[in-house]
This record gives sequence, structure tokens and C-alpha cells, in this order.
Amino acid sequence: MNLPWLDHLILVPILLPLLVGAALAPLTQGWRRLKFWLSYASVLGMLATSLALIQLTDGGHWKDGMGVYLAANWSAPFGIALLADRLSSLMLLLCALLALAALHFTQMRWGRIGVHFHTLFQFLLMGINGAFLTHDLFNLFVFFEVMLAASYGLVLHGYNAERIRASMQYIAINLAAALLFLLGTALIYATTGTLNMADLAARVPQLRGDDLSLFKVGASVLALAFLTKGAMWPLGFWLPTTYAAASPPVAVMLVLMTKVGAYIVLRMSLLIFSGSAGGAAGFGQEALLYGGMATIVFGAAGMLSTDSAGRMAGYGAIISSGTLLAVIGYGQASLVTAGLYYLIGSTIAVAAFLLLIELIDRIRTPRSAMLALTMEAYAVEDTPVEPVGRGVPAAMAFLSLAFAACALMIAGLPPLSGFVAKFGMFHALLNPIDGSAVPTAGWTLMTLIILSGLIAVISMMRFGVRTFWASGAIEAPKLHRSEVAPVLFLLGLSVLMTVQANSLFGYLARASDDIRSPATTIERVLTHPALPGPTTPTTPATSLDEVMP
Amino acid sequence: MELVISLAIGIVFASGIWLVLRPRSFQVLAGLMLMSYAVNLFIFVMGRLWVDAAPLTPAGKTPDPAILADPLPQALVLTAIVIGFATTALYLVVMIGSRGLTGTDHVDGKEPEL
Repeated sequence: MNLPWLDHLILVPILLPLLVGAALAPLTQGWRRLKFWLSYASVLGMLATSLALIQLTDGGHWKDGMGVYLAANWSAPFGIALLADRLSSLMLLLCALLALAALHFTQMRWGRIGVHFHTLFQFLLMGINGAFLTHDLFNLFVFFEVMLAASYGLVLHGYNAERIRASMQYIAINLAAALLFLLGTALIYATTGTLNMADLAARVPQLRGDDLSLFKVGASVLALAFLTKGAMWPLGFWLPTTYAAASPPVAVMLVLMTKVGAYIVLRMSLLIFSGSAGGAAGFGQEALLYGGMATIVFGAAGMLSTDSAGRMAGYGAIISSGTLLAVIGYGQASLVTAGLYYLIGSTIAVAAFLLLIELIDRIRTPRSAMLALTMEAYAVEDTPVEPVGRGVPAAMAFLSLAFAACALMIAGLPPLSGFVAKFGMFHALLNPIDGSAVPTAGWTLMTLIILSGLIAVISMMRFGVRTFWASGAIEAPKLHRSEVAPVLFLLGLSVLMTVQANSLFGYLARASDDIRSPATTIERVLTHPALPGPTTPTTPATSLDEVMP
Repeated sequence: MELVISLAIGIVFASGIWLVLRPRSFQVLAGLMLMSYAVNLFIFVMGRLWVDAAPLTPAGKTPDPAILADPLPQALVLTAIVIGFATTALYLVVMIGSRGLTGTDHVDGKEPEL
């Protein structure tokens, strides 16, 4: 089967939200319902596309499970190449699923305050999808900025003093990180003369002397930018405040954005600093390992010290980032598969918890006290109404059970996906590939993961007891179906991940095999032929060396 | 020329860092702008320093790389300037909003207690 148009599917996750977001911008709030459904349709389209991409990569349509798309038909490394492999397709699916839950949640309240929520939301999705797909460093910067610029607007969504204070710091940190990103990219370009990741991986082994050390400086500066996004200690201090201040559907997407940082670090360290990278092989792994461990400690300590649910979710995200970074830095191939499973599971868990927090808050502050707070300084033309229609029966039972499920997932206790992930990581850590003894770093990492789980249990229990048992005479809050459904959906996903753990692990093992074989990626990206055009180009340059001194 | 350029970039960037660490939001903004100028210059210089060399290749002829400047950093700088400009403008808006809501221009949204 050879259908060339299928290659264009790679572009859909970027183009679709861009076009829909732009189309939504001129519509006024009077068209609120239409805006919501257009936005919803776009997310459903992304969901279908990501499923199709998974089918194409894993089903053997593309050679080696990698689809390469040459933007504007410029052959790599001259133009921008997009790469869809098993891992990036799966991340696109995760993004679409979270976006679906977040968007559904906004139906009753959050989509109604503020005017350009859906436009910004679509642009955010465009940035995230682009960052997953692109195979060019500078293009990655552009997608990062698209994603960040949209997230600035979204964090401010529902504009109150707390949000604006958190945003000021969030924006300042990210602007500074963007500058580091540029510095790193420029240094890498100066030493290797390329920005295409596959071409970079091919050139790095030839670097010697000054060029090599300068390249390492560039890579470290670049890594600082990703790790700020991925919230490694001490760069992640902005995270809990921002998460707690942002509105819940936005915070869900922010959780995914920290994972974008970890995803890029994973991809770059396996592609560019692989074992075949000569003098740069394994560069920075120790820093990631110990930085990741410090991040786990920081997250666990923070979780124990706070009693606000929003901050607790933020520290939960920090622990999960730290675990991921330590797993990447540990540098053992079999650990990557379990790490990827953990990435997906923990993202879904924290996202479900963030959505749940708003519903739980209604027990403490009944009616729409929180919304009133939000509206304090925001001049909205049409006042958002209270959720109308039938409430959900047995609201308290739902809230407490859903909370318990989230706690189990975040702490990594059986029977949900958090446990499977931790079990997988421990299994890999206890069985080093060459059959040698488990190193001290391995034991330390396991101890930290167990301790952070214990601390998560303690703080979640404390919060649960205070909220559900000890809050005195409480009135069951009114929950709307559109708010309960996303939480149930995310919890259902987690159950599905647990039930289907075997096939998911199989897929992830194939995905991590892909990203661990740089030679295949280099070959696939650099030899992907450009389509023959209507005019034949005159004497094309065959390598960058011919155009560059 | 190399020394002058690198000193200039270093001084501008260092001033930017100092300003970013100041407590008033306008100082932070000015610092971010200075830093982004320094970074833009830095990217530009990373394509090596050229004097009087065109970045464009003549049509129909095989270009001689020795007499041409590297066009890629120039394109990158252009993109970086545009993006930096937009995000800085956004920060300015948030800054004004914060000033209006909290009544102070301190980055923490409140005056430090003396």
C-alpha cells in the first residue's frame, strides 16, 4: 500500500489547531457555543490523527516506523524536517486526550469567562504538538514560544490578583529560559553548522578539541532551558505557584508542558549523546541522574509541607518530573520503557487530580464563591451562569472515591497504573542488562521513589481526612455532568492503562528501541527524498560544507 | 573586532542579568530586553564575523562560500527578534495589569515589609 497523501497526516496536528484557533479569534462571545464546538471538533480531529499516526508507525506503513515530512519539500538538513515515530505519535495521543478532558471541563464555567479562551487553547495545542513532531532545533524554539505565549494568556485566564502575580514570575522565568534556549542553539550551530537533529547526531562524533567543549557548553545551556520547563531542581521553583494559581483546565495542559521538557531531554540525550557519539557520548547523564534525585526530594518535601491541594498537585508533578529525569540520566536501556509508561501514567494522574480539586473546593466554599473571586476584576459582558440542569447524584461519594483513585495513582499503590509503572522501573533497576550488581545510584533512586510514594500517601491522606471526614456539617456540592465526565474519563484511561499494560509495554518497548538507534533515525531523515517538482533545480548543493566555509 | 564585539555582548548581557534580579517589574522588563539584545547579537556573531559580504547567492552561478556571509544566523536573528518583541510586549501588559490590581510595581505584588 503506497498512499503518499498519508504523509501529510504528520502536518495535521500542527495545522488543524492553527487554522481553527485563527478562525475562532474574530468570533465574539455571542458565538460561544459555536466556538466551543469548533474547538472540540478540532481536538477530536487531533485525536483521530494521532491514532492514525500510531497505526501508520506501528503498523509498518512507514519504513522503520518513522514518518518523515519535509516542510516545503526542502530535503534535510536544509529545510525543516518533521518526524513522526512511535514515541511522538503516542505523545500526540496523550496531548489530544488531555486536551479533550480539559476542554470538556470548560464547557460550563471556564470557557465562558474571558473572550479568547478557545483561540489560546488551540494555539497552545499547536505549540505542544509541534514540539513533539519537529526535528529541527530552531523550529523547536519557535514551537516552544508558540506554546509558551499561549500559556501566558491561559494562565492569566480568569484574571485575578493571584493569577497575575503568578504570571509575572512565570513569564519572566520563561523569557529568561527562552534566551538560554537561543544561546544554546547558536553555540550548537556555531560548532556543528547544522540545526537538524539527525544531521547533528551524525556530525557530533567528528567533533574534536575546542569545538567539542564549545558544543558541550552549548548543549548544557540548551538543557537548562528544557529543564526549566521540565522543572528540575533548582529550576522548578516557579511551578507550584503557577499550577495553584492557574484555572484547572489550563493547569492540566501545564502538566503536559512540563512533560514536553522531559520528552525533549530524553530524545536529545538518546539521539545526540548516544554511545556512538564519540567524545560527547553520555554527556550530562550524571547531572540528570542526581538533578532528578534532588528534584524528587524537593517535590516530596514540598508536598509534605503544604496543605493546599493545588500546590500539592504541583509538587506531585515535580516528583514525577524528577523521577523521569533520574530515569533518563540512569542511562539503562530497559529502564526507558518503564519510564515512558510512568510519564503517561503520572501525567494522567496529576491531570485528573487537578480537575478534581476544583470540584472538591466546592465542599469548602459552597456556591460560586471562587468564581466570584475570579470575577472580581474582570469586566465580562455576560455574567457566567451557575451550572444549570440536573446535578450528579451521590456527589460526595463520587468525589471521595475519585480522590482515593487519584491518591493511589500519584502515590503508586496497587491496583492502578502508578503501581505498574513503579513496578516496571524497579524490575529494570534490579536487573541490570549485563548481569552485574545494582550500583549505589540504583539503590538510592529506588529508595527515593519509595519514600516519595510514602510521602504522597501521607499528604493525600491528610488532605482527604480533613476534607471528607473532618469538615463537619457539609452540604453535597452541586456538580455538573460536564465536570464529572472528564475526571471519570481520565480515571478510566488509567484503568485502561493498567488492564492493557502488556500491550502498552510492548508498544513502548518498540518506541524506546526506535529512539535508542540514532543510526536509523539519521539514515531515515537525511535520505528522505524530496518530491520531484514541476521545475528541476539547477545544480543543487549536495552538502552543507559546499555552501558554508 | 572579535574582542570589541564579545566585550559589548558581555557587558549588555551582564547589565541585563543585574536588572532582571532587581525587585521592580520595570527593571525586570528592561533587563529582559537588554538580555535579548545581547542574545540576538550573539546569534548573529555565531555565523562568524563578516565585513562587506552578501548573504545571498547570485542566481545561476555556483556560489563561492569564501565571499559570502552565512545567511542562516541572519534568518534566525530575525525570527528571534520578532518573537522576543512579542513576548516582551505581553510582559509589559501583564506588568501594567499587576500595577493596576495590586497598586505596586514590586514583582511580588506587595511592598516588602521593612
